[in-house]
Amino acid sequence: MIKAPVNKIIPFSSVDGPGNRLALFLQGCSFDCLYCHNPETINKCINCGCCVNVCKNNALSIENYKIKFYEVNCIQCGECIRACQNNSDPRVRYLSVDDILKEIKKVQAFISGVTVSGGECTLYIDFLMELGKKIRDLGLTFFIDTNGSVPLWNKKDLIGVIDSAMLDVKAYDRDEHIMLTGTDNDNVLKNLDFLIKSNKLYEVRTVIVPNVLGNRHTVDEVSKIIGKYDGSKYKLIKFRQMGVREDKLNSYTPSMKIMNELRKLAENNGCKDVIIT
Amino acid sequence: MNNIEKTIKDNILTYEQKVLALAKEAENTLQVLNIDNKTTEYINEGIICSLFEGNAPYRPRYILPDYQKFMEKGSEFLKLDKPKTIWEAVNNLLILYKHVPSITSFPVYIGNIDELLNPYIDDEKEAYEAIKMFLKHIDRTLTDSFCHANIGPRDLMAGRLILKAERELQDSIPNISMKVSKDTNEDFIIDGIKTSLITAKPSFANHEMFVSELGQQYGIASCYNGLLIGGGSYTLVRLNLAAIAQKAKNKDKFFNIYLPEVVDCMCRFMDERIRYLIEESGYFQSSFLVREGLIDQDKYTAMFGMFGLAECVNTLLDAKDKKDRFGYSQEASELGLKIIENLEQKVSAHHNKYCKDGKFLLHAQVGIDSDHGISPGCRVPIGEEPALFEHICVEAPFHKYFPSGIGNVYAFESTAKNNPKYVLDIIRGAFAKGMRYFSLYSSDSDVVRITGYLVKRSEIEKLTHGEQVLRDTVVLGKGAVENLKVLDRKIRKND
Repeated sequence: MIKAPVNKIIPFSSVDGPGNRLALFLQGCSFDCLYCHNPETINKCINCGCCVNVCKNNALSIENYKIKFYEVNCIQCGECIRACQNNSDPRVRYLSVDDILKEIKKVQAFISGVTVSGGECTLYIDFLMELGKKIRDLGLTFFIDTNGSVPLWNKKDLIGVIDSAMLDVKAYDRDEHIMLTGTDNDNVLKNLDFLIKSNKLYEVRTVIVPNVLGNRHTVDEVSKIIGKYDGSKYKLIKFRQMGVREDKLNSYTPSMKIMNELRKLAENNGCKDVIIT
Repeated sequence: MNNIEKTIKDNILTYEQKVLALAKEAENTLQVLNIDNKTTEYINEGIICSLFEGNAPYRPRYILPDYQKFMEKGSEFLKLDKPKTIWEAVNNLLILYKHVPSITSFPVYIGNIDELLNPYIDDEKEAYEAIKMFLKHIDRTLTDSFCHANIGPRDLMAGRLILKAERELQDSIPNISMKVSKDTNEDFIIDGIKTSLITAKPSFANHEMFVSELGQQYGIASCYNGLLIGGGSYTLVRLNLAAIAQKAKNKDKFFNIYLPEVVDCMCRFMDERIRYLIEESGYFQSSFLVREGLIDQDKYTAMFGMFGLAECVNTLLDAKDKKDRFGYSQEASELGLKIIENLEQKVSAHHNKYCKDGKFLLHAQVGIDSDHGISPGCRVPIGEEPALFEHICVEAPFHKYFPSGIGNVYAFESTAKNNPKYVLDIIRGAFAKGMRYFSLYSSDSDVVRITGYLVKRSEIEKLTHGEQVLRDTVVLGKGAVENLKVLDRKIRKND
């Protein structure tokens, strides 16, 4: 049975697709964004043990050179992830599809479906396929939330089991994308085109970061692409300082005036459903 | 200065509020009920509480007139013919409302107003004007948030116009319940949720559950009280489980001595109130509502209320740590259910000849402004709420015991407005788990649900600064904000 590293399961989420959804966060990301709000999801744990001593509730220990996590003792204080030097999280559990289905079945009466996010969930394609099939067998919808780094256009089987995808387009300019994430956006833009044409694009997301990114250029170009097709939402997210590694970038939360101007731009390019959060 | 003079000189009260307060003072000079010493002792200790009904019951606490019959026949006493236009329809209803008493003197049930008005809609624009005027009139004249309208479960144009008007008016009165069945159009429920996230109403009632117990002819009155249309409840008295646990100190004394004794006293106290109302006050002999068939004594029951289950359980288990307390521990949930099952058996065993099927109905009472640190009904205390899924799963199993009302209020972060289907999924899930009644509001709205009724935060502010307010329930809301911490409810986003 395939397993994947799970950072967190949120049984009720209002912001991960249509309706109420169980959101599953997998560990490990292919980007290292300057503004990452969950840097502890970027890397896998290297069992260095520096988190063990800061836990005051005996939820962590190191046994046979490996971190052990005792969930019952955890009070979610977050001290361990603050101590981690590796952008990781010692609480990550390797769970099978069946383990996750058990969690889903508990809340099945309350949800429209499941969204798998990350880190970057498409790093675990085989796991996603098996999970997606079983979720759809339950009569629930299956969404993925991706940064677009992994080519999807040659993964027809995966596209067959997902109902729709949420895609981040963090920057339209290639060099800016490399500056922000450490990687170019060639695959991201190809995935954008592919998902639209496959009718599997639920939403595109762009974080608006004043001073640092050419926000207007990205919103203009992306909304021109989305605007040609019906049905996809464009979510413009205000940059917020909370959770961000402070030494990485110098920005601030954009005003509603800036956000509304960008919304207008996107609407003028044909986007019918622009959301600001 | 005695209470009467104090009331006369109280400049925070409006003239109408003074008149009602003086009537209550007059009633309370009487001692006409035969109450034994043991019961009086429990009343004085705050274990049995008659919820401001007064010393001489001269009208039922809750009246649910058969407004459908009134629309079909008009009223001889009020000299009103069957309406022919939407304007006559709203006018007739507004007239009748002024003649439907309750414990506050304002009607607690004003009908399934979408069904009542829909047949009179010819032109949508004109109907919207009439409905908006109707609702505004209710808010400014029936100045009591226990005044309750129903809509649904059918998706009618009138229902849509009522929701639209409420989104625009954002008034606290009337309280509104939307009856939701498995067949209710999803888009209509979403329209209701959008309205709730703006103005804290409607609440959502599990239609199939109410129908299975009360039949099709039920209405939701006052806070969330399920009662028969054409009937109602003579009285509502409540029992303070938290205080009984304090007195009993352990489970053995609680179950074997105090609970049986208090239930027995309270049943007899309710019997006596009903006896006076029916045999002596003359209400049912003299009211035109009875004469014209708008209410019928055979459809009446009485509500046996309770509150403070969470504190009762925590006391009996001596639960200090969160993991051991009601809302978190399996043992606490099991003890809670045992208490309610026990209560239900005892109350069912009591017979009152004036009540439908001889029975009182259990009611999870929402609390009053002076309750300090005691939670409504079977709710987990504010400030200790678990994540939403666990919260619903802890409370839902209690709902089947309370046909005459139980529910809880959930505050959602305003981002839920971007995804109302999120709230719909939660309501559907809650109903699937056996929940009877679900209320919600958005953390940023002015109108908020206090415990069962609605109040504007801005009006509480006014009252705090010593200004007069039109609606009497603001006073209760202010007390509840201070004592029950209702504005500190956990805000639900993702958990």
